[in-house]
Amino acid sequence: MSTQPSRDRLWTWQRRWAPGIFLLPFLVLLAFFILYPLTQSLILSFYKTAGPGHRVFVGLENFRYLIGSDLAFDLAVINTTAFTALCLAIEIPLALGLAMLLNSRRLRWRGLFRFAFFASYLVGQVYAAVLFFQIFSEHGLINRGIGFVAGHSTPIPWLRNPNLVLPGILIAALWLTTGYAMIYLLAALQAVDRELYDAAEVDGAGRWESFWHITLPAIRPVLSYLILVGTILGFQLFELPYVLFQGPGPNGRGLTIVMYLFLMGFGTGDLGYASAIGWTLVIILLIVSLAQWRIWKFAVGGEA
Amino acid sequence: MKTFALHLLLITLATIFLAPILWLIITACGAGSDDFSQLLHGQPIFRWLLNSIFLASAQTVLVVIFSSMAGFALAKYRFFGKRPLVLVMLVTMLLPPQVLLPGIYELIFHLGWINSYWAIVLPGAVSVFGAFLFRQAMLDVPDELLQCARLDGCGELRLWWEISLPLVRPMVAAFTLLSFLGAWNSFLWPQIVLQDENKFPLTVALNNLSGQSVYQQHPAVLMLATLVGILPVVVLFFALQKDFIGSLKAGAIKG
Repeated sequence: MSTQPSRDRLWTWQRRWAPGIFLLPFLVLLAFFILYPLTQSLILSFYKTAGPGHRVFVGLENFRYLIGSDLAFDLAVINTTAFTALCLAIEIPLALGLAMLLNSRRLRWRGLFRFAFFASYLVGQVYAAVLFFQIFSEHGLINRGIGFVAGHSTPIPWLRNPNLVLPGILIAALWLTTGYAMIYLLAALQAVDRELYDAAEVDGAGRWESFWHITLPAIRPVLSYLILVGTILGFQLFELPYVLFQGPGPNGRGLTIVMYLFLMGFGTGDLGYASAIGWTLVIILLIVSLAQWRIWKFAVGGEA
Repeated sequence: MKTFALHLLLITLATIFLAPILWLIITACGAGSDDFSQLLHGQPIFRWLLNSIFLASAQTVLVVIFSSMAGFALAKYRFFGKRPLVLVMLVTMLLPPQVLLPGIYELIFHLGWINSYWAIVLPGAVSVFGAFLFRQAMLDVPDELLQCARLDGCGELRLWWEISLPLVRPMVAAFTLLSFLGAWNSFLWPQIVLQDENKFPLTVALNNLSGQSVYQQHPAVLMLATLVGILPVVVLFFALQKDFIGSLKAGAIKG
């Protein structure tokens, strides 16, 4: 009987400290490897540095030069924005089309087709880039395919022509991500009650009207999610062009914001300038996401 | 007839989507044995594969355990400072992770962890996204169940490990797959902190090989290494497929 009070005390003690103990590893790692580096990056962005430990305070000079007169950064922003916009503009309709085909009542082997389109999502960007390096080569899959369809033709120098850099990255990126968007859209489509379509048909609604009034409202949340996440990830593009072109590519057409951050910080060794690039990316993403949200709200509100 | 056209269209599209993979397999199979002895002479490809397996597994195990513990605490306890913590977590999740790079590089440099696996595994063991995922899933674990277990003499640790975790099994599977996928395919950070070729994961090593003209002229070896880099993820995906697709759907419908 004498153990009873001490056992009770043990239980209360345990309950009281349990959340702290559960959170401890997470909090320690969060503080060390996320919060501390974030503040360091913020501080560094006001310094000019030459490798770790050598820094001179320059105030807002990094940002002023970056936004005001750094032509390479302008190029990186243009390339990255063009990539993100075009990628989403092609990916979302393509994924929706595939999802609608897969949602068809008459379809057999749905799981098999779904996996066929989704499989490429499992391939990492580096592996995809090494693979597409070969696919775009002189005797690669694409040139052979074009030769096969068009008879004999001179091979297209996909990786050396500056104007083909963006299309090349887009092809590889679309191959990687379309299946992922399709899975989400298919799940949303499958959640729609089929009787709604039947009822619409009975009421004499055409396919387009069914799509506009039943399908689109059902997938709207998924669409806004895919566009937001696609934008954020698109602006972080790095590995695909970096490995595909082993650097910025012909005429720097493959230079992206994150690639420029990497080259400045870890090629040139100016961690301060790299930090400024990082925080400018944060600001760009903030503006773009807010603008998207406003436009989205306007579009949805205007329609209802 | 319409059914036939639908299937024909989908088979054509699926073939186009799978063509790069088929091309990869065909090219990789074209590798003769002298290709290997010649091109892989002195290239520790198995070492790189083992490095990738070790790095991705270590990060995955740790991040699943730590995130689920944190998620459990956030879902099932009231404690001081919870709201500010959630707010800070939300803010960090909104930032692109690359903005951390200069700061974390300085930290790793001063810790003397350049060229060390600590620099990869420990930062890889924390995921704010994961903590939120587990918090969301564990909110559905009934409080009454936990209370009953407590009355039966179940300790807090076992409430997490033996009661809550099995109940959110689909989330464990999905997050395991996502974490492994991310760690296995990661390139930028290992490329920055690792210098010794023997420590490279497959991604970093493959990028180096891909840049050398010898290998560009003999793609078979590169393609075989790429295939090796893709296969483990595909195997893991098949093992966890049901739970993974299920959790994607759940997320899609909720979000």
